[in-house]
Amino acid sequence: MKKYKADVVIIGAGAGGLAAAIEVKKENLEVLIIERDKELGGITLQCIHNGFGLKEFEEELTGPEYAQRFINQVIDLKIPYLLDSMVIEITKEKLVYAVNNSDGLIEVNAKAIILAMGCREKTRGAINIPGFRPTGIYTAGQAQRFVNIEGYLPGNSYVILGSGDIGMIMARRLTWEGCKVKAVVEIQPYVSGLLRNQVQCLEDYEIPLITSYTVTKIHGKDRIKGVTISKVDRNFDRIIGSDKFIECDTLLLSVGLIPENELTLQAGAELSENGGPIVDENLETTIEGIFACGNVLQVHDLVDMVTVEAKRAGKNAVEYINSRYSKELKKKEIIKCIPGDNVNYVKPDVINKRDISKEINFTFRVKYPDRRILIQFKDENNNIIYKRKKIYVIPSEMIELNINLEDANINPDCKSITIEVIPRPEVLIEED
Amino acid sequence: MIYDVIIIGGGVIGCCIARTLSKFDLNIALLEKEADIASGTTKANSGVVHAGFATPREYLKRDMCITGNKMYSQAVEELNFSFQRIGSFVVALEDNQIKKLEEQRRHGAQDGVPGLEVILDKEKIKYMEPNITDDVVGVLHAPTAGIVSPYGMTYALAENAAMNGVKFFRNQKVRRIQHQNYTFTIKTGKKEFKTNNVINAAGMYGAKISKMVGLDYFSIMPRKGEYILFDRNAMHLNKILFPTPTKVSKGILVCPTVSGNTFVGPNAQNISDKKDIATTAAGLKEILEGGMKLVPNLPVRASIRNFAGLRAVPDTYDFIIDNTDVYGFINVVGILSPGLTSCYAISARVVDFLELLGVNTKVKEDYNPIRPKPEMFKDFSKKELDDKIKEDAAWGRIICRCETIPEKEILNAIHSPVGANTLDGIKFRCRPGMGRCQGGFCRPRLIEILSRELNIPYEEVVKTGEDTNFLVAKTKEIALHKIGGDIEE
Repeated sequence: MKKYKADVVIIGAGAGGLAAAIEVKKENLEVLIIERDKELGGITLQCIHNGFGLKEFEEELTGPEYAQRFINQVIDLKIPYLLDSMVIEITKEKLVYAVNNSDGLIEVNAKAIILAMGCREKTRGAINIPGFRPTGIYTAGQAQRFVNIEGYLPGNSYVILGSGDIGMIMARRLTWEGCKVKAVVEIQPYVSGLLRNQVQCLEDYEIPLITSYTVTKIHGKDRIKGVTISKVDRNFDRIIGSDKFIECDTLLLSVGLIPENELTLQAGAELSENGGPIVDENLETTIEGIFACGNVLQVHDLVDMVTVEAKRAGKNAVEYINSRYSKELKKKEIIKCIPGDNVNYVKPDVINKRDISKEINFTFRVKYPDRRILIQFKDENNNIIYKRKKIYVIPSEMIELNINLEDANINPDCKSITIEVIPRPEVLIEED
Repeated sequence: MIYDVIIIGGGVIGCCIARTLSKFDLNIALLEKEADIASGTTKANSGVVHAGFATPREYLKRDMCITGNKMYSQAVEELNFSFQRIGSFVVALEDNQIKKLEEQRRHGAQDGVPGLEVILDKEKIKYMEPNITDDVVGVLHAPTAGIVSPYGMTYALAENAAMNGVKFFRNQKVRRIQHQNYTFTIKTGKKEFKTNNVINAAGMYGAKISKMVGLDYFSIMPRKGEYILFDRNAMHLNKILFPTPTKVSKGILVCPTVSGNTFVGPNAQNISDKKDIATTAAGLKEILEGGMKLVPNLPVRASIRNFAGLRAVPDTYDFIIDNTDVYGFINVVGILSPGLTSCYAISARVVDFLELLGVNTKVKEDYNPIRPKPEMFKDFSKKELDDKIKEDAAWGRIICRCETIPEKEILNAIHSPVGANTLDGIKFRCRPGMGRCQGGFCRPRLIEILSRELNIPYEEVVKTGEDTNFLVAKTKEIALHKIGGDIEE
């Protein structure tokens, strides 16, 4: 068994893990990155389209270019990393066990751990499409890997279910390859990915977008031969008589992403409703010294946002090691953050009272689009702590607010705050 | 060469017969029409080893089931497949159903089903199975019932049969059987086989095969059953839960699998198409509703896969195990539930028939009944793991992340006797792609490995057989073809 020691172990070398590692190393702590793939960079390596880095570098980069900027820093800073290495266990004492084919079993003794395992795609089973189980059904990300990394095409004519970003980007990518994308079908009445992808990937290539429809049947016993799509009502139930058949030899699914938290659970950390770990304002999970950032915590809109969050996680892990917080204080004095009306989830899930004098970064998503709304933070006695107007909200755009709760005159005995997004009454002059 | 016995059909019945006969000094072959064994009804069924009290007393299959259940203990010891005798509950939700349970218990006990007990103490029931509905009024507990991986056991049977000399021929669909001078000539379109004895274990196509030798005395109809499988982390059941049965079926059950998942199903739908394994929205709804009567908190949101399987239902509704009028031709068909439970008893009966036909059933000296347990990453201690990786680096390269399957297990599945030659073959042998992501991450790597090991191009790697290739062309090929170009190397 090979043994390593590190101040901070980072699990995952995608955009999140790399940024976090660099942040820790810059503070002169020893860091070790463990990555299960053969290269550093994570899923950004197969995202060969541009649009990355506009916030972080104020430049338009491709996924591999974006990753390379961080990889270069990792190399310059001589940060050690293990590739093709799968973490199989994390203990509460922060021992990390991994395997790879050169070292065998690896044991790393860490002072802090940053979880940066990213997310995975929802599959057909998760959305229960009835019908046969032929070949020709892939998640959009899997098709992206086949095309961009392996250099193979999974089919000739496609229907894409779900208007997530990867699905729309693959619609364009496959069109460039001479394949025919027959339609992008979305169960919601609105697109679930970014507007810029709807315009640049679908509209520019005249790929039909069919909203309020879903795939209700898969045809073909060996290879998929087509799909039946049906209009759905508000409860997503199929409207009888609305069925349409579309011939295709491939169905791509872009129906959502789920944080990849098997290790988190195995380590004993608790998860919240969004599938990510419960974290406090320092991105620390329910296990002291284990932090989470990036898509393992919450699925982000842009990789740039992952980077920002990961840097925070890195800083906080350093601060944790340099000045261990008192456990006592942490257990007793917390404020819970509860998603209220039209709020899907909120990060952080809890706030330590010792930090309410600091500016706290809140991120959350709405459940459904709305216009002319009010974002409101209330305590358990319905006292309004914070409010802000917004013209519109959509689920595909994460809302980010930096708030100093003390400045907002929060009641020091407050036990929980509820964040809600509610319609606001008609006013004559818009303020935002 | 003339075989002593040819078995048609590589499902659990065909493979179990093959393995049972492999102990004798005989030349045996098994023909399977699909790319892999365990591809038909064996692949998608409940995997329940029944205690045997539930089948009506007038049927042969009741005997076979009660005997077959007992034979599992020895088989597990020899073949090292996953089998757990966890016991089953037949659940009564109304007081008037208790009478039925009592009757089943009495008859079962008379016929030799051990340990049957009607439990009316709700607290005790809840203790034994905490997930059971609060509406339960009583259960019939059958401690000898168990769960098994039907395909896992079939692979084990086939491997052991092959170790003992049985020849397996896959992708061999029987098209004609000629019968002359007590010799059968079986033509598959690709090959021709000669044999003195034929065992028809062709499942859904049993009647078709039987007709090839002029035996047309039964028909087999498909009856579809749909299932939903849930994530392993979502629920843990201790017991197999059946509703109190009706006349038509054992009903929709909620059941754990040997891999720790929970499933709900099957419903029962008579259909006409023997390839129709499509799930339906109505069917999935039906089984969820049915399952929720027994377990109200089914983890609906954690479903990872839905699938359907077929039952080969004979018009007699009983097993058809006949030493037929065509000398040397044995029918083993219409093996619907509890066929999986009965397979060892059925095989023993086939041996009796072959003895009657004068086949030499002397056990050969070098017969080895042991099929070693496949080595699995998850069974190793940390120390063992470290040693294993040092011994063979393929143990240290994890291919399937959800189920933690290293490359070595996949290579073993490919290179075992009757090894995997398709992606589904790998998946069903050692589970990569069966977890939460359903192959999202590992499929490209599996394609790479299968392509390398079988020495075929990526585009020829298939899921189950012909026309199920994953990839159709290299990038640029389609676009270049459209503009009339060609790829220059």
